[in-house]
Amino acid sequence: MRSLLSFLLIGVPVTLILTLVGLTHGMIEDSQQRQRGSGADIVVRGTNAAAAINFSGATLSEAFVDFLQKQPHVEAAIGVLNHNIQLPLTITGIDLDRFTAMSGGFTYLEGGPFRRPDDMIIDRYYSAERRLHAGDTIMQLNRPWHVCGVVEGGKLSHIFVQLKVLQELDSSTGKLSQIFLKLDNPANTAAVIQALKEKLPEYPIYSMEELTSMINVNNIAGLREFTWVVVGIGVVIGFAVVCLSMYMAVLQRTREIGILKSLGGSNGFILGIIVVEAMLLGVGGTILGIVLSFGAKWLIHTFVPASIQMAIVPVWWPLALAITLASAMLGALYPGLRAAHHDPIEALAYE
Amino acid sequence: MSDGSIIEVENLHKIYQMGRVGVPALRGVDLLVARGEFLTIVGPSGSGKSTLFHIIGGLTLPTSGQVRVAGQDLTAMTDSGRTLLRKHTVGFVFQRFNLLPNLTARDNIAVARHIAGMDNKPDPYFEEVLRLLGIAHRLDHKPNALSGGEQQRVAIARAVVNRPAILLADEPTGNLDTVNSAAVLDLLKNLNEEYGQTTLMITHNPDLAVYGHHTVHMCDGRIVERT
Repeated sequence: MRSLLSFLLIGVPVTLILTLVGLTHGMIEDSQQRQRGSGADIVVRGTNAAAAINFSGATLSEAFVDFLQKQPHVEAAIGVLNHNIQLPLTITGIDLDRFTAMSGGFTYLEGGPFRRPDDMIIDRYYSAERRLHAGDTIMQLNRPWHVCGVVEGGKLSHIFVQLKVLQELDSSTGKLSQIFLKLDNPANTAAVIQALKEKLPEYPIYSMEELTSMINVNNIAGLREFTWVVVGIGVVIGFAVVCLSMYMAVLQRTREIGILKSLGGSNGFILGIIVVEAMLLGVGGTILGIVLSFGAKWLIHTFVPASIQMAIVPVWWPLALAITLASAMLGALYPGLRAAHHDPIEALAYE
Repeated sequence: MSDGSIIEVENLHKIYQMGRVGVPALRGVDLLVARGEFLTIVGPSGSGKSTLFHIIGGLTLPTSGQVRVAGQDLTAMTDSGRTLLRKHTVGFVFQRFNLLPNLTARDNIAVARHIAGMDNKPDPYFEEVLRLLGIAHRLDHKPNALSGGEQQRVAIARAVVNRPAILLADEPTGNLDTVNSAAVLDLLKNLNEEYGQTTLMITHNPDLAVYGHHTVHMCDGRIVERT
């Protein structure tokens, strides 16, 4: 029973660590996948766009779209406007015909394209999260929207409205957040970017590969530090659990320790037994934590599939094991040394 | 001191400190035990028998005096040195058997071999001891499935498995009925006779002294008689 409780108490912080890491990776992968889903080869952003994963703000003139459309090798150019609603969700204003031409179009699971100004297209993840279907009404931006279509996910955003409508609502008529360019041949990407940078030196212009590579842990302020804080908490909890568990074990087994010492068991031998048991608790707790992280993923995917995405990150399993074993080792030292230095006569007389 | 003695004790004192009060357990014990001797030590509770055992077995240090076991000066030994003594030179049999409750009889014995650094290869001596003890068919049972007599026989097997020079048995029949007591005492006697195992046995029952070659009587921390 003590061991099972220890597994659980060690497993929970392991799950916390793996869930946090999984959330980070999942949301980054989802964001990267949706950017690629636009079908664009190049992204042009406003002059004040600083953060890699902040796509809101309307600082690009719509006139740029026509200008960029005319550049060599540019097959299609579309401008989008983003409006953050509740982090990390964004409503994206698009010109549906142009977006279809660039991305290959939506795959409709329910309903169809925009027909009315208040029409909204949502992907299946947002549909599942909010339990919405085509024909339903949803309040966003302080006004009701008519869900006209539910589409397969993975294309730029979870929520779409018509560009003109969103521009008007945001008082950003003629303004855009980003412009996506599709080239006649992706092999021309570097050359086109070079040419555009010469013409628009103040504008951040990225290939899709560059942009998606910028969407990583290092570019989300404080996330890396936060991750290490959670790891630190996991270490402390693991240490405390193992220390308490092994302290109890040493108390319960005082007599057995005396027996081993009477047989010639050295201090190192006794300490080794305690440490090995603690290591086994650490391994068991880590395995349980990994299993629980699958449960966390299932819960997240079931209840908030659009807002939060969690990935299983096996590369962190050995790291989680190492963190747990380090905690277990530290936690076992005091009880282990206490056991090793038990007076054998007192230990043998222990009831 | 005698050259033929495996245990040499001279003017041994042991005082247990109980708070600020010193409680003398041994008050100047002198004892010689010859190699291969079966010595019984009898005396009432509190006479110092167990303390003498614990010192000879390297479980605790004397307050003063000299103790040599198998040629080694215990008073000059470090804790590690006394651990080695228990590992290779001395085997213990206790009144309460002191088997590890979660291990089978076989594993209880194997632990002693493991601690002593012995491998698991078949050992004719050990097989013969098992035959002598009559527990070969009970080795896969845990202590709670064994009778008191069987547990004590397992404890004896564990004590002698590494062929220690000295076997210290502290009231080995204290928790056994008369039939099992006789069986255990016969085993100790046989081990002594067949393998020349030097054996010291504590008992508070003077009638059991007949199993030993000699008997030492202790009272109030002193040896008062040797017969």
